Amino acid sequence: MTKSELIEAVMTRANITKKNAELVVNTIFEGMVEAMRKNERIEIRGFGNFTMKNYGAYEGRNPKTGEKVHVPAKRMPFFKVGKDLKERVNKS
Amino acid sequence: MTKAEIVELVYDKLGSFSKKECAGLVDLTLEIVKETLEAGETVKISGFGNFVVRKKRDRVGRNPQNGEEILIRARRVLTFKPSQVLKHALNGEE
Repeated sequence: MTKSELIEAVMTRANITKKNAELVVNTIFEGMVEAMRKNERIEIRGFGNFTMKNYGAYEGRNPKTGEKVHVPAKRMPFFKVGKDLKERVNKS
Repeated sequence: MTKAEIVELVYDKLGSFSKKECAGLVDLTLEIVKETLEAGETVKISGFGNFVVRKKRDRVGRNPQNGEEILIRARRVLTFKPSQVLKHALNGEE
């Protein structure tokens, strides 16, 4: 399922306009990106949590050429699935 | 950030819906994502990332406390892979 398919599904099931369905879906994910930018933790009951993790810089290697490359420090979101969703995914 | 805060954002964006209706729309969206994942299908949100259901095989693990071997059953787990766009947005490369 893609984001546009999710928008279509929200539109049909909530019986709202496409424009409103787009606003709902886009606002949810854009809101989460904004929270991540601020290093905020995101907790969605029944779904899961996103926490920001910091990774230090390291010297890596290009596996193809063997060349050394500098990998700068970065932060990435880490998703931990909630109990309810974890069980639902495993059950079926 | 909690779901209540996400509902607030949606409420501010949508003109003609009550807060309760907005909460219903956020719940519906999350529920559709969950149903899709439950069916084993990947959910791809452009600009955000992909939620992927991965199948794990049976494997023998060990109880780290007493060293006993235990069978870890085949199962399905959910993983999230952030998109390139999100990675860049979080690391100052617009």
